[in-house]
Amino acid sequence: MKHPGSRQIERLIALFALATLLFSPPLIIMVDRLTSLSMSWLPLYLFIAWGAVIGLTAWLMEQRSGR
Amino acid sequence: MRTDAVILGTAFGYLALLFVVAAWGDRRAEQGRSLIGSPTVYALSIAVYCTAWTFYGSVGRAADHGPSFLLIYLGPTLAMLLAPVVIRKMVRIASRQRITSIADFISARYGKSTSLGALVALMALICITPYIALQLKAITVSHAVLVNYPNTADATLVDERFWLDKSLWVALVLAVFIILFGTRHLDASERHEGMVAAIALESLVKLIAFMAVGIFVVFVLYEGPSALFASVATMPEIAEKMGLESVPGGATGWAGMLILAFLAFLTLPRQFQVLVVENVDEQHLARASWLFPLYMLLINLFVIPIAFAGLLLGAGAGDSDSFVLTLPLSAGLEGLPLLVFIGGLSAATGMVIVETIALSTMVSNQLIMPLLLRTQRLHLSTSGELAGWLLGIRRIAIVLILLLGYLYHALIGDSYSLVTIGLVSFAGVAQFAPALLIGLYWRGATRQGATAGLIAGFLVWCYTLLLPGFAQSGWLDATFLTQGPWGISWLMPYRLFGLEDWDIYSHALLWSMLANVGLLIGVSLFSRPTPLEQTQAALFTGALHPNLQTTSLWRGQTTQGALKELLIRYLGNQVTHRVFNQSINKSDYRSDEPATADLITRSEQALAGSLGSASARVLINSVVRGEALDLESILSILDTTSQTLEYNRRLEQKSQELVAVSDELRSANEQLRELDRLKDEFVAMVSHELRTPLTSIRAFAEILRDSDQLPDEKRQHFLGVIVHESQRLSRLIEEILDLARLESGRLTLHPVTLDLAALARQSIDAVARLHEDRGITLDISLAADPAMVVGDQDRLEQVIINLLDNASKFADRQQPQVRLALYRHRNHFRLSVEDNGPGISADERERVFEKFHQIQQSGETPRGRPKGSGLGLPISRGIIAHIGGRLWVEDAKTLGGACLTLELPAAPKESTLSNSSQLTGE
Repeated sequence: MKHPGSRQIERLIALFALATLLFSPPLIIMVDRLTSLSMSWLPLYLFIAWGAVIGLTAWLMEQRSGR
Repeated sequence: MRTDAVILGTAFGYLALLFVVAAWGDRRAEQGRSLIGSPTVYALSIAVYCTAWTFYGSVGRAADHGPSFLLIYLGPTLAMLLAPVVIRKMVRIASRQRITSIADFISARYGKSTSLGALVALMALICITPYIALQLKAITVSHAVLVNYPNTADATLVDERFWLDKSLWVALVLAVFIILFGTRHLDASERHEGMVAAIALESLVKLIAFMAVGIFVVFVLYEGPSALFASVATMPEIAEKMGLESVPGGATGWAGMLILAFLAFLTLPRQFQVLVVENVDEQHLARASWLFPLYMLLINLFVIPIAFAGLLLGAGAGDSDSFVLTLPLSAGLEGLPLLVFIGGLSAATGMVIVETIALSTMVSNQLIMPLLLRTQRLHLSTSGELAGWLLGIRRIAIVLILLLGYLYHALIGDSYSLVTIGLVSFAGVAQFAPALLIGLYWRGATRQGATAGLIAGFLVWCYTLLLPGFAQSGWLDATFLTQGPWGISWLMPYRLFGLEDWDIYSHALLWSMLANVGLLIGVSLFSRPTPLEQTQAALFTGALHPNLQTTSLWRGQTTQGALKELLIRYLGNQVTHRVFNQSINKSDYRSDEPATADLITRSEQALAGSLGSASARVLINSVVRGEALDLESILSILDTTSQTLEYNRRLEQKSQELVAVSDELRSANEQLRELDRLKDEFVAMVSHELRTPLTSIRAFAEILRDSDQLPDEKRQHFLGVIVHESQRLSRLIEEILDLARLESGRLTLHPVTLDLAALARQSIDAVARLHEDRGITLDISLAADPAMVVGDQDRLEQVIINLLDNASKFADRQQPQVRLALYRHRNHFRLSVEDNGPGISADERERVFEKFHQIQQSGETPRGRPKGSGLGLPISRGIIAHIGGRLWVEDAKTLGGACLTLELPAAPKESTLSNSSQLTGE
């Protein structure tokens, strides 16, 4: 497959929407209020969400080029 | 070991290594074995995004503003997610139109506008020079920290003379590097392979250096992350830093910064350079879309631990921007700080190299070249090649840009911290985003709209970010900030129109984008694009259309000679030969022959790659007559797909209809064939049936004629046969006529109320003689007597006789038995005639009512004699149906053979139907 198919593009855009949601204030504010320790969970949450988004992108893109 | 000589030796040694790598990369490219033809190298070259600002500034920002530093990298992560969609489109356009920079891209989108290109180039220059200054400042500061630790760096910097400032020398070395590896080709749209290879190496070095500090801090300075965070937990004022409240502007500031980083990543001139211009293969975007975000995640992994460690160290760590250096220094290490310094140097030089190349291309192609073409066109016609000039302009531009950056750094660089300058630049270049992105997807965006939007956005940016910066530096009255200009409070640059509680970047982004996007859309809706603008808009928005690639779109006319002269004058002999060889055979060249569309396209592309699309356009127009690009044809190409799809859909629908119709036709045809076959058989049968009595009539009549001596007895017998056969003949003909009348619906019936039981008896009497002859035992059961129905007396009798006759024919040969029964069934009377013959199989039951069917059947009967014309049952059913009844076959309940049953509705009581009323066919 030379170009990403339309389904592939739809998946990417859905992933983009998910990532935007994960990195945006409504969720950020919620996570920020989860303070069990003296430290905010926010940085940890951001790194985990970020890593998950990268993993999903890699899975999506490499699956395509491997085909 | 930490002497100035060692530090400088290492630094300049590292720069020398870059020269070697770049030279190697260029040589490999010349040999056709490209070093950069891999998605990993591409992803690493995109990491030029992580500058000294990332390397030193992230820790500083984390220490001051909590997790907001991550936003600078989350925005590009989002942008890279869309890379296979958005950036792929940009790459496609850039390679097809030989775009050299973002200014060229925007200018080409809006009708290859010279003024728009110049505007973008000027804005980029104003936004980016401070950013270059920031990198040089980072080098100076990090060097000073390294040399002076544990004294603070600031004290020594103030006194230093400019020729002792290392960053000046670094800038000059970089100028040499960029001139050597960034201006090798005249064609700026060609890849700078060596430079990209060096940038990829620098990205690796800065990642390794930063992670080395991170690992050192977490695992050597503290015993693992838990130990570090345990110490942090004891100091709540540090621990609290990582919450959302440390982020300037809170949730609004968070969202604003995310959008800002997203837009700036796409519009920064250096990012455009590595993402789009230096892209070797569109397919690399797929890998880069996750590899580059992964790179950013790794380089940020230790930012928070380092910031915490620095804060815990307190005053000994110095300025938070320098924690990366001061932490290993405070531990008394010698090698690691040097590695960190080299890492920071990598980050800074990588950015400066790419940014300077991008800016110098813009300056030469979008600012100087159009001016030269406008003022010196006459002189140039006699001055020969321009190629040398162009490269000269670019080289001078490189030196000037670097000097400008150095001056900015030397004169006013101290007024801002690292991150502040970076973010101001981000907000500035983000102003390109509407013209770029909206222009990529909305065909209606016009040059006037883009120009108005860019100018408005830029002015708002100046007012809300740049001027306040000057005010903070003391260049302007500080009351400008606190009270607004002339004391007008709603014009305060950080609180425009009373918008308070926003951080300055989100605030500036909101107002500038409102002005920018609003004017771009508003003015576009009310302005009329030129044909060239429309063409370019169609080419840009439809760039990914599969048909667009292979089409030559030139419609103008010129001669090969004129074109060649133009190319030689501006690009030199070598390039001209290459362009001509790609397009036509050497032997085909005639200076007065018209140039092909392909040749004109290639010539313009070659010019665009070197001079920028706007200037190329001007030059081509000077030799080509007629409308150059045909908008109609482009639009028709772009619309082809949708039209084809619609056409295919309709075709499919039609063919499905056709299949259905042809199926119907086929089955109708089969029925017709069957009917035709039956008709043929019928004709044969009728002829046969007619011939048999005719033959015997004729034979006996001849005997009577020829034999006078025949005894009376015999004569009587012969005459009897003749009469009998004539009767048979008339009956047959009568039947055929009946059938014809039934089929055409012209059968006339005379319905009266009559007693079916009486009629049955009458019919039995009529066939009694025949039955006696055949030795048939007739059993009669009239359960309903009388059975009043409405019908035609004669026709009904004909039907009943026919049924009895049929039954007697098909009854068992040895002991023939027939049974007639009449009984009431609900509102109907039923008359059934059974026989004890072989019966009729279930699938034959309807077929016996087909005309002629019986004929075939009768021929096959073992008795071998014809049993009738085969028209009796069809005629009977037709008559019964006309009267309003039914006739069907079922198994004989009593005798075990066939049973034919006719059913007629009972006549209404006091029936007044008269003889005169007629029932005709349905």
